[in-house]
Formats: sequence, structure tokens, C-alpha cells
Amino acid sequence: MAYDYEKSIRPGKLPHIWCPGCGHGIVMKGLIRAMDSCGLEKNNTALVSGIGCASRLPGYVDMCTLHTAHGRAAAFATGVKMAKPEMTVICLGGDGDGTAIGGNHFIHACRRNIDMTYVIMNNFIYGMTGGQFSPCTPTGMKASTTPYGNPDPTFDISKLAIGAGATFVARTTAFHATQIDKLIAEGIKHKGMAVIEVLDDCPTTYGRRNKFRSVVDMMKKLKENAVPVQAASKMTAEQLQGKFLTGVLYKEDKPEYIEQYAKVIAKAQGQAS
Amino acid sequence: MSSPKAEAVQKTGATPRIEVIERYCKGCSICAEFCPTKVLEMETFVVKVVKPEACIKCMQCELRCPDFAIKVHTE
Repeated sequence: MAYDYEKSIRPGKLPHIWCPGCGHGIVMKGLIRAMDSCGLEKNNTALVSGIGCASRLPGYVDMCTLHTAHGRAAAFATGVKMAKPEMTVICLGGDGDGTAIGGNHFIHACRRNIDMTYVIMNNFIYGMTGGQFSPCTPTGMKASTTPYGNPDPTFDISKLAIGAGATFVARTTAFHATQIDKLIAEGIKHKGMAVIEVLDDCPTTYGRRNKFRSVVDMMKKLKENAVPVQAASKMTAEQLQGKFLTGVLYKEDKPEYIEQYAKVIAKAQGQAS
Repeated sequence: MSSPKAEAVQKTGATPRIEVIERYCKGCSICAEFCPTKVLEMETFVVKVVKPEACIKCMQCELRCPDFAIKVHTE
């Protein structure tokens, strides 16, 4: 039976603003399926985002939503979680919003291991502002501000999150549609900071400049270069050149920040256990 | 994109009703390209259902459509 996405979308909001073939719509579908499978309720779920194409997502979903300043999604989400620990908090944003302008907030949210889920839609570029290069634009690729090719080395968002202290880190792509909702659902259920990096496509500002003939070309590229984590252990470093790993990359149990903070409050009030 | 694996799938049950919401479709052609039995085709930037009887209900078009424009009603 056809999946009923409409019940989770604000009436009259479709068609959405994203360009033809933009993967954000696929991620939005995955997020809705994940939230349904976890049984999240409208009044007890907060979607928080910053600025950018990907950050438009909460505007469409019928939940408690917060559209905040550029890069500050993690900071606002921390505030929501501190004030209302019973709420499920999901952060959404792009690579520019999450790792450049909001890089500081992102790493410190990871470090604190706050119980929230951060879905980063990595489309390798600043889409909304005109195709400037982001920290995730692959070296040598073109953007509006790097017309001769990007000289910068790139951020690996998943490794950054693991290094900063996130306790659940996973990666998938917009092509692997069924994996998106499974990983987001796993992230929501995880107690602590969950980072899900979804490699996405931006046909308008990235694909056009980098000689991808169509959005289907970009999707096929994502498919070709994705290596499941289980398969990667049997491959040599040479075979893994230019590829990226998908699946759950890291998982551990560590004390969660809100619970630790509650203990500090209890201690300060003289009720230390 | 028609793979041998998809062709080997036996068609079961009634032909599903494939609903295209043309107002939402932006013509990216992801659905037509990834359909294993070529049920869908692009026609002036909007997807058209051309071979509904070949549909094997894999639901890939509905899953991948970024614009919420395709629904496959199987019952």
C-alpha cells in the first residue's frame, strides 16, 4: 500500500521549494518513516534546523519545529533538550550549516553527548546562497567561488563526529532510501548524541558545475562509491580509494549529558545521592 | 537499468494503480530511470505511466521520488 506521508506534512505545503532531483525530499521521506516507526508524537518531538536548503525541511513536517540562526541548530536544540528533557529532539541541516558556520556548536554537542539526533544532509556545497564551496566540497571540484577547482582538503563529517565524542555515528546516501529511515530510527532510539550523515545530491549548484549530465548520474555515483562497512573489512586500501563507508560506523554507551546535569542540580540543592 | 534479477520476479496479484500527482512532479526522472520494468516514462518534464501492467510493485519510484509525486496503490 502506498505510504501515507501526507499525515505528517503541514497542509498546503507541497510542492516543496527544493530543485528537481534534490535529495532532500528523499531524506524527508526517510525521516517521516523513521519517526513513524519510532512512534514519535507531534507534541513531544522537536525538529530544529539552522539556515540553508536542508534546513527548510522542518517547515514542511507537522511536528514542533524551530527554524533558527545559521549554524546554531545544535545550540538551540541543546536548549530545547535542557528545558524539556522528555522531548525527542532531532536536528536537521546541511554540511555548510552544520560543519562550517555551525562547526563549533556541532562538535560541542557531540562532546557533551546530549541525547539528540543530528541528521546532516551533505550535498558538498552551499546550495541556497549560490553554490559557494563548503568544507565538504571534494578537493579539485568546482563551486561558484572555486572556478578553477577547490584546493582545500575536505571534512569527513562522520570521523569529525566520532573524534568529537558522538556515541552513534552512521552514514548513508540519498540513493539508499531504505537505509535512511533505518539509521535515523536507530539514532532516535540511541541514548546520546547520534549523528547521521546522508550524502546527498545538489544538481543545480554542484552537479551543473562538475559535469554531471543529470541528477540520475549523481545518484549512480553515490551508489557506485558507497561501500557497506561490513564489506570494507575485506577490501584493500587500494580498492577503497575514492570510496566512502556506509552503515553504522561507530556506537558506544557513555553517560548522557542531561542525566549528568540533573545530578549536578541535585547535588547543588543538597540532595546528592 | 533493467536488471535480470528484476525480470526474474514473477508478477503476482492484480496490477497496482500508480498515481502521479502532476502538480508536485518537477521532472527529475529519477523514478523513470530506476524503474526496473520501465513502467514510467518522461513526457515533457512530467512522468507518465506507460506500462502499468508490467509493474512488479517494487515501490522504488514511490520510495525515491523527492517530490512526493508518486503513489503506488497495491490494494
